[in-house]
Amino acid sequence: MKSLNRRTMVAGVTLAAGALLLTACTSDAEGGDDPTTGSSDSGSTGTLELRVATFPPGADAAAYEAFAAQEAQFEAENPDIDVIGVEYEWTGPTFAVQLAGGSLPDVFTVPFTDSKTLLENGQLMDVTAEVEELGYADSFNPIILDGVQDDDGNIYGFPRQAYAMGLHYNRTLFEEAGLDPDNPPATWEEVREAADAIAEATGKAGYAQMAINNTGGWQLTAQTVARGGRTQTEDGDGTYTSTINNPGTKATLEFLHDVRWEDDAFGFKVDLDWGTINQEFAAGNVGMFTSGSDVYTALVRDFGMDPAQYGLTVMPLEGDDPGTLGGGDIAVVSPTVDDATKAAAVKWIDWYYMQKLLNEDAAVSDAQVLADSGQAVGTPVLPVLSRELYEESLVWIADYVNVPVDQMAPFTDRIWDQTPVGEPKGKTQEIYALLDPIVQAVLTDENADIDALLTQADVDAQALLDQ
Amino acid sequence: MTTTPARASAPPDAESRTTGRRRRSPRTWVRGGGLTTLAFALPMILIFTIFSWWPIVRSVVMSVQETNLIDPPTFVGLDNFIAVLNDPLLGTAVVNTLYFAALALVLGFPIPILMAVLMSEVRRGKGIYSALAYLPVVVPPVVAVLLWKVFYDASPNGVFNTVLGWFGIAPQPWLQSPDMAMPSLVIEATWAAAGGSIIIYLAALLAVPAELYDAAEVDGASIWRKAWHVTLPQLRGVIFVMLILQILATAQIFLEPFLFTGGGPNNATVTVLLLIYRYAFQNSLGGNYGMATALSVMLAVFLALLSWAYFRLTNRWSTS
Repeated sequence: MKSLNRRTMVAGVTLAAGALLLTACTSDAEGGDDPTTGSSDSGSTGTLELRVATFPPGADAAAYEAFAAQEAQFEAENPDIDVIGVEYEWTGPTFAVQLAGGSLPDVFTVPFTDSKTLLENGQLMDVTAEVEELGYADSFNPIILDGVQDDDGNIYGFPRQAYAMGLHYNRTLFEEAGLDPDNPPATWEEVREAADAIAEATGKAGYAQMAINNTGGWQLTAQTVARGGRTQTEDGDGTYTSTINNPGTKATLEFLHDVRWEDDAFGFKVDLDWGTINQEFAAGNVGMFTSGSDVYTALVRDFGMDPAQYGLTVMPLEGDDPGTLGGGDIAVVSPTVDDATKAAAVKWIDWYYMQKLLNEDAAVSDAQVLADSGQAVGTPVLPVLSRELYEESLVWIADYVNVPVDQMAPFTDRIWDQTPVGEPKGKTQEIYALLDPIVQAVLTDENADIDALLTQADVDAQALLDQ
Repeated sequence: MTTTPARASAPPDAESRTTGRRRRSPRTWVRGGGLTTLAFALPMILIFTIFSWWPIVRSVVMSVQETNLIDPPTFVGLDNFIAVLNDPLLGTAVVNTLYFAALALVLGFPIPILMAVLMSEVRRGKGIYSALAYLPVVVPPVVAVLLWKVFYDASPNGVFNTVLGWFGIAPQPWLQSPDMAMPSLVIEATWAAAGGSIIIYLAALLAVPAELYDAAEVDGASIWRKAWHVTLPQLRGVIFVMLILQILATAQIFLEPFLFTGGGPNNATVTVLLLIYRYAFQNSLGGNYGMATALSVMLAVFLALLSWAYFRLTNRWSTS
């Protein structure tokens, strides 16, 4: 009996301890919103906490110091808002998990390529009234605004930076191949010849292209547009028609086939995406590749490229109605916040992201902070607002520009002659994913039947668009 | 390929022991220390409920719903299952997964047995060989894949291609060709998982009574006849468990295709699990959780049925 009592007592104590632990967990979870350090008067004095995205994991201390200064400045102007910076990097899986778990920042950024999918899924907050009230609705570049609008014209985010597609090239490899780096290729035929010369002279990949994780479809679309093709058309009633089987896409795939199989100038890596192609290019293993015009920042900051090797020119255009595919990212408000938080979020977006595009003091202050912390200032972009305003802002920040402007002149001199074209809106990512294997097929199978691949892709894409 | 050795020791006669147990009243159960048992088991039960069983239930529920994680989910019946079955990529994924499983069986199943038998015959330095065999298991899987990605570099300067070059063999497009990508994945997966299996087989070999070998030797059996007539029959219980664990693991292969090739080139390495991941995250950023969970449920049911049938078929032979 004695041993039974002891055993029961032990069981009782263990159960009680378990219950206490659970209670502690619950109260901790419930009390998670109530900060115990820092601005502890939040809530009691009516201050609204606003969780905003800051930098990706691994950002240096200087970036955070700069952010803290800007945060203090904003809070001084808006004493009723307590800004809390949250480490943030856009990726599809973490977005979904954070959204489901309720830990998404109140303000964050999304690339154009993904914003259209989120828009289709109803996962973005409508900010039409706020954008109109701030007076931006008519100021945005229409091509860029198009990416954040639904079929009824409602606006779901603030475009904050944009780029046009460009041809990036390695000046050192050009010189080694006897090419003039100040006179980069202006047609796709010249690109092919230059790639061949580089591969012949250096043994490196003369030309490379992304092919996995949806980037293959993205670049195939970009080069289709550069050759006057389009991969889908809007029917005007919210439906889309797939036009993947078009001469522009076919010419692009034939170009890839010829560089890879006839000239043997593509190199050995046909499984590159945005990150790995940057890595290869920065390491001097790739002569040319196409990507957004703003990629210089990542090449130098994240991949250690020597700025002296870098060259940028516009995408060669040919065919009827060619253009340069645009892209960028938008600042958005979490779809789950209440009205008060939404109003505070819009204030922050306007102050932190938009004013530096409009206001000289804000632009200079931002450029100074970036330059002081060793970040690139002056990377060529597409104007989010008007071209005049963009060019004026370049004059404001001229003292802080630290990128090799002369090496980017072939791009900056000619980009205004090119027509920016928005990304296809219907099932953007799903169709990019569908196009990846086609690019891979052409790059891995010398006898790939391009016509059959395109015909099948058209059927598959239309099935997706009809869903 | 990434087998879990802990399950290999499941008692085969659990059923026979439960049938003989007499019924006990709640009072006897408490007096017999049942409460204490429950108290000690409770944390584990709670953890399993929260992190394993509840997500499984949620997955099943989600497979008949459509959700964007913001608005309340809507019931869509079997639409998600129909959409999965109509996906042209499903057939490719299933075939690729079967191909991986078959290659993994051919390559990855006999090698650890052979290695274990050879290592058990070694007289000196057995510990060193065991440690060397187990070493790849210690390397974190992601690190191992990234390391092998460097080995598989398709240029003539790649590690493997350099070695091939010494013998006058042309550089191979290891991961860059639809024909070679899957075998390349299997080679790495075999390397990564063989160590764990070898240790389990070695342990099982130690349990084989030495008298059986002595008796075989007296009968004049050669080393191969001893392996065939003594070692393998003694190991077959472990072999059957390892086989089903390997089949289950290969049916759920994800890490290698995800990190090595992303499913390419030209969908040559898209597996069922990679397709589930794509439904949930890559293509639609959360628009297709329903399809992802529907395919997960289908895979789970298939594997459960397969395991049941496998044990039914092999039970008699493995315990005889």
